[in-house]
Amino acid sequence: MSSEAKKVFIVGATSAIAKETARVYARRGCDLYLVARNENQLKSLTDDLKVRGASRVSFSVADLNHFNQHAQLVGQAAEFLQGLDIALICHGSLPDQQASEKSFELAQHEINTNGLSVISMLTELAEVFINQRQGTIAVITSVAGDRGRQSNYVYGSAKAMVSTYLQGLRGRLLPFNVHVVDIRPGFVDSPMTARFKKGPLWSSPIKIAGIIVKSIERKRHTVYAPFYWGIIMFAVRIIPEFLFKRIKF
Amino acid sequence: MEIHGWGRYPTVNADIDEPVDALSLSQLLQVQDQQQPAIPRGAGRSYGDSALAERVISSRFLDHFVKFDDAAGEIVCASGVTLEQILQISVPKGWFLPVVPGTRFVTVGGAIASDVHGKNHHLDGCFSEFVKSIGVMLASGETVQCSHTRQKNLFRATCGGMGLTGVILQATLKLSRIESAFIKQTALPAANLDEIFTLFEENAHSKYSVAWLDCLAKGKNLGRSLLYLGEHATDNNLELQDSFSVSVPFHSPGFLLNKYSIGVFNSGYFNLNKRGNGDKQLHYENYFFPLDRIHHWNRLYGRKGFLQYQFVIPTETAKEGISSVLREVSNKGKGSFLTVLKKMGQQNKNFLSFPLDGYTLALDFKYEQSLLPLLDRLDEIVLAHDGKFYLAKDARMNEQTFKQAYPEWEKFMKVRNQVDPDDRFTSLQARRLGLVSAPNGDRHVQ
Ligand SMILES: Cc1cc2nc3c(=O)[nH]c(=O)nc-3n(C[C@H](O)[C@H](O)[C@H](O)COP(=O)(O)OP(=O)(O)OC[C@H]3O[C@@H](n4cnc5c(N)ncnc54)[C@H](O)[C@@H]3O)c2cc1C
Ligand SMILES: NC(=O)c1ccc[n+]([C@@H]2O[C@H](COP(=O)([O-])OP(=O)(O)OC[C@H]3O[C@@H](n4cnc5c(N)ncnc54)[C@H](OP(=O)(O)O)[C@@H]3O)[C@@H](O)[C@H]2O)c1
Repeated sequence: MSSEAKKVFIVGATSAIAKETARVYARRGCDLYLVARNENQLKSLTDDLKVRGASRVSFSVADLNHFNQHAQLVGQAAEFLQGLDIALICHGSLPDQQASEKSFELAQHEINTNGLSVISMLTELAEVFINQRQGTIAVITSVAGDRGRQSNYVYGSAKAMVSTYLQGLRGRLLPFNVHVVDIRPGFVDSPMTARFKKGPLWSSPIKIAGIIVKSIERKRHTVYAPFYWGIIMFAVRIIPEFLFKRIKF
Repeated sequence: MEIHGWGRYPTVNADIDEPVDALSLSQLLQVQDQQQPAIPRGAGRSYGDSALAERVISSRFLDHFVKFDDAAGEIVCASGVTLEQILQISVPKGWFLPVVPGTRFVTVGGAIASDVHGKNHHLDGCFSEFVKSIGVMLASGETVQCSHTRQKNLFRATCGGMGLTGVILQATLKLSRIESAFIKQTALPAANLDEIFTLFEENAHSKYSVAWLDCLAKGKNLGRSLLYLGEHATDNNLELQDSFSVSVPFHSPGFLLNKYSIGVFNSGYFNLNKRGNGDKQLHYENYFFPLDRIHHWNRLYGRKGFLQYQFVIPTETAKEGISSVLREVSNKGKGSFLTVLKKMGQQNKNFLSFPLDGYTLALDFKYEQSLLPLLDRLDEIVLAHDGKFYLAKDARMNEQTFKQAYPEWEKFMKVRNQVDPDDRFTSLQARRLGLVSAPNGDRHVQ
C-alpha cells in the first residue's frame, strides 16, 4: 500500500458529503469500511468506490441511534481494515425546529442523532486509537453550533455539544499521537437541505469533501468549510446578546 | 428555483427533486401523482428547453458506478455519472468512450436521451450504438430493462427521446480500446464551401473530423473554414491531464458580442491558422473538449442568453442548403461566434435521433427578438432541403416544423402513449412540439 493509501472508517457513509469524501479516498486506492442505515445505498456505494479505485471496501448496516451497537461496529471496522488511520463521522439530521420545540421526544431524538450518538461513537473510537497510538478522528459538526439561533437551536445545541466534546478529546488524545479535527460546514447543497433556496453562500458536497481531506492531512483543529464561514461566524458570535435575542434567523 | 439550459434561454421557475436512489425516485413518482408533470434533467448542458419544466427530476445524486470490466471494456453506471468521470477511470486502463460530444460535462442519461453524436459520427454513429442496455423507470414506478434486442421499441423511443419515456436509471456502455490518451490532429484550410465539402469527402476515412467555419465570410469566400482531422495516437501514454480551467465569473455585457467583434475574431482565427497548423498531438481533453476549459463560457453572451441552431441536410442537397443558410444569416447581418460543420453517417433506428447521412451545421446567436424571424426563415430553407433540427439545441421551433422534420414522431408517440399515457414526463419543449398526448399539453399547465 502506498503512503497515500489509508485505512478509512466512515460513519454515516451514505451522506452526500461522506460519499464524496469516500470517493477521494477511493481514488487514492484506500481501504474503506462504511456504516450507515440504508443497505441498498451502502451496497451501491461499495461498488462505486471499488470502480473508482478503492482496494478493499466493506460495510455494516446500523441505525446509529442504537448506541449499544457502536462498540461492535468499531470493532468490525478495525478488524476489516486491520487498524484505523482515519475515522470520519458524518451522519446527522436537520430537525424541524418548531416541532422539536414543542415535543421533547422529538428534541431528544434529534439530540441523540446529532449529539449523543456521535459521542458514543467517539468513546469507542478513542479506545482503538489510543491503543494504536496514531491516526486521525474527524467529525462533521456545523456552524450552527457556534451560537444558538432561534430558528435552529435544537440542532445547534447538539452540534455545539459535539464541538465542545472534541476540544477536550483533542487534548486527551494528544499524548497518544492521535489527532482530532472538527469540521464545521456552512450551507451545503445536499439532500439534507433539498427544500432550501440556494444562493451564493452554498457549497457542493464535493467542495466540502476536498476541504475535509485536506484538513485531515494538514492536522487542522477546527475547520470552517469553506473558510469564509469562519469570518461569518466570527461576526455572528460578537453580536451582543441583547441584540442577538431580537434577531429572528 | 430559476433554471435554464446551457443557452440560458428560456428560463423557468422550477421545483427540483433530487432522488438518491431508485427507491426514492419511485416514491417521488407516486406522490407526484397528484402533482405537475416533471422532466428528467442531467447536467443541463442541452441548450434549449428540453430539460426544463416547472418540475424537474435531477439525476445529480444518481451518480454511482456499478461495475467496470476492464478486460471486456464494459462499464455499468447510474445515469447521473458524467462522461468526465467515466473517462477519468477508463482512460488510464486503455479504454475510451466510443462517442463523445463537444463537452465532457454531460451525464450518461443526457447523452442517451439526446442520442449524442461526436466527431466520428460518419464512421461510428451515435452514443446509443454503444449502449448495451439501459434500465428505465417508467411513470408507473416500474423499472424496465431494454436494449437493441430487448423491449426494442422502448429502447428506440428512449435513445433520443429527450426524457419523455421515463427516467433512465442505469446504463451498460461498451468502450473502445485506445493505446494513448492523445490525439494526432491534422488541420487543413479550405477557402470556400466547395473546398471544405471536397476535403470532408476525401477524408471520410479519418476517425474524427470537424470543421470550424468563418460565418461572416461572404461571396467567393463563403464557407471559408478549417478542417480538423484526428486519429488516436499510439504512444502508450495513457496519462490523465491536470485540467487547467478558468471561469467566466459573471455575465459579460451582451453587446460585447456583436457583428464586428465576431468578424474580427473569426477572420483573425482563420488567418492565424490558414496555413494549416499541420500536424500536432493533443491530449484528448484539448482535442475533444476545448470549451470545457472555460467554465460558464455561456455567460459571455450576456444576460439574455443565446440560441444554438443545428440542423442536418442529406448529402445530395447539403451544399446548396448550407450555402443558402449562410447567405441568409449574413444578409440579415447576424453573426455566429462559433460555427461548426460536420459530415454525418447513417441514420439509426431510434425514432427521434437527429443524425442522418449528410452534413450538419451548428451556429450560435446571441438572443435578441429580431433573431426569431430569421430562425423561422432558416427552418423553411432547411425543410426545403429535407433537413432536420437537433432537439438538444432547440428552444423555439414550432410543432409543424418538427413534425415535418421528424416523420417518425408518430411511432415515438405510440410508445409514449403506452408508457406514459398521462403525460407525467413533460418538458417545455415537448409541449411546444406537440409530444404530449393532451392537445397542446395545456391540461397540466398551471
Ligand atoms: C459545449 C457543448 C458542446 C456540445 N457538443 C455536442 C456534440 O458535439 N454532439 C452532440 O450530440 N451534442 C452536443 N452537445 C449537447 C449535449 O451533448 C446534449 O444536450 C446532452 O443531452 C446534454 O446532457 P445533460 O446531461 O446535460 O442533459 P440535460 O441537458 O440535463 O438534458 C438533456 C435531455 O436529456 C434528458 N435526460 C437527462 N437525463 C436523463 C435521464 N436520467 N433519464 C431520461 N432522460 C434524461 C432530459 O430530459 C433532456 O431532454 C453539446 C453541448 C454543449 C454545452
Ligand atoms: N447540508 C448542510 O447544509 C450541512 C451544514 C452543516 C453541517 N452539515 C452536517 O454534515 C453532515 C452530513 O450531512 P449532508 O449534508 O451530507 O446530508 P445528508 O446527505 O442528508 O446526510 C445525512 C446522513 O445522516 C444519516 N443519518 C441520519 N440519522 C441517522 C441514524 N440514526 N443512523 C444512521 N444514519 C443516519 C442519513 O442516513 P439516511 O440517508 O439513511 O437517512 C444520511 O446519510 C451532517 O452531520 C450534517 O449535520 C450539513
